[in-house]
Amino acid sequence: MWAAYYGRLSANPLSDVTNETGVWTLRFVCLTLLITPLRRVTGWNAVVRFRRMVGLYAFFYGMLHFLTYLILDRFAGLVDFPDGIVSVTTARNLVTSSIGDIYKRPFITIGFTAFVLMIPLAVTSTTGWIRRMGGKKWALLHRLVYVTAMAGVVHYWWLVKADISRPQIYAVIVTVLLGARVYYRYRSA
Amino acid sequence: MLIKKPADIRSSEITPKETYQTRREFIKAAGMVTGGAIGVSVLTKGAAVLHAVQPALHGKKWPNVKPNPAFSNTNGELKNTWEQITTYNNYYEFGIDKDQPSELARNFKTDGWMVDVSGECAKKGKYSLDDILKGETIEERVYRHRCVEAWSMVIPWNGIPLANFIKRMEPTSKAQYLKFSTAVDTKQMPGLRSDVLDWPYVEGLRMDEAMHPLTILVVGLYGEMLPNQDGAPLRLAVPWKYGFKHVKSINKIEFVEKQPLNTWQRQAPREYGFFANVNPEVDHPRWTQATERRIGEFFKRKTLMFNGYGDQVASMYSKLDLKKNF
Repeated sequence: MWAAYYGRLSANPLSDVTNETGVWTLRFVCLTLLITPLRRVTGWNAVVRFRRMVGLYAFFYGMLHFLTYLILDRFAGLVDFPDGIVSVTTARNLVTSSIGDIYKRPFITIGFTAFVLMIPLAVTSTTGWIRRMGGKKWALLHRLVYVTAMAGVVHYWWLVKADISRPQIYAVIVTVLLGARVYYRYRSA
Repeated sequence: MLIKKPADIRSSEITPKETYQTRREFIKAAGMVTGGAIGVSVLTKGAAVLHAVQPALHGKKWPNVKPNPAFSNTNGELKNTWEQITTYNNYYEFGIDKDQPSELARNFKTDGWMVDVSGECAKKGKYSLDDILKGETIEERVYRHRCVEAWSMVIPWNGIPLANFIKRMEPTSKAQYLKFSTAVDTKQMPGLRSDVLDWPYVEGLRMDEAMHPLTILVVGLYGEMLPNQDGAPLRLAVPWKYGFKHVKSINKIEFVEKQPLNTWQRQAPREYGFFANVNPEVDHPRWTQATERRIGEFFKRKTLMFNGYGDQVASMYSKLDLKKNF
């Protein structure tokens, strides 16, 4: 997959990597959300076995995306390295700059929120954790992925310059996938 | 004699059926997901995935391009390559992705190009490229180019001072601003099918900015005729302003009394203004303008006030609040 798009890296590969990892995170989040409705519609129950893995893929890409931001945007953007590139000062400046940026820029705030919410889901993704928490509680916690999906779409929407057509596509997909849940709940009640 | 044959595998070492089945499912599924991902990527990006983006072919050279070192001081910063300058373009008439114009503008025909000059001037009319260049010396100017998106390049443009052309058009005293438009050619510009911006793309300059010796009408790059994706056959370069002021493929120039509403200001007035002077102290509402990434570099650079041309242009804005007039 990396090779697939290494072949088409543009003159600004650093921004390509940031964009691609972000878009793939959103794609995997959507794919996770697709599994339950797909099961309902097709009755293909076996598909649920892939849900954890797809979810972890989403988390993995989210982490890559976040690291890309930290390294390519924040670290490379420090500009001044008074005590050398590898130093305590650099680390401190990196933390200050990242926190400041996450606080100051709404699209970063919401993107960061989307990522942070995936952490407890990744941690509790094992069978052991499901047992420990009990299925009901676990399922409730994992509804956080709905928030991640919505926050992810808003993050994408807010960062584009003018062309909202791609964020719009994801907004529609997420709306349909979450709407399907509302529909099934309403029907079963 | 009974020889007890030891079990060669302890039962504790045998993988339970459930586990190995899960593992197999996992590997299978992982393969499916990865394969699917590549498939989606090929479908959404088409052939672009399969071959790298192509830079502009080398075209006709301009004869007698004269380097102008007085206007080419970039403090030793290296020029960006032909490949970088012709594959990384913001030119929405040919697609919104940076690499799209290099593909989609490849067959753009600019033969017989005419520029319509109108408004407050004596010499209204239609001018060909030859008319515009008549009696002019095409100069090479190496300028820093800073995009509002916080990336930058160093580009060896070839062109003529816009001031020379303006004088020949004999503007009247009412001419306070210049308004430029990009061509709208729905047959040749596939990006026009999208309503992402209001077409035509419009930009403007105040008369003193337009007359400034740094402002040039560009017809070439690296001594060659301007590649299509860079705004052939005629574009603007105003190096102390953000890239979106550098209107491409100009086919209309109007001398006007009032400040024109430029496309990006119209699109998002909170984010883009008329002046668009490069200013590290005034952030874009969504990102910082204090730093920039030079294409080809890892570490970002500090953005310079007026993109480093402050000693030549700052006096034009001494009475202007640059925070309000961004």
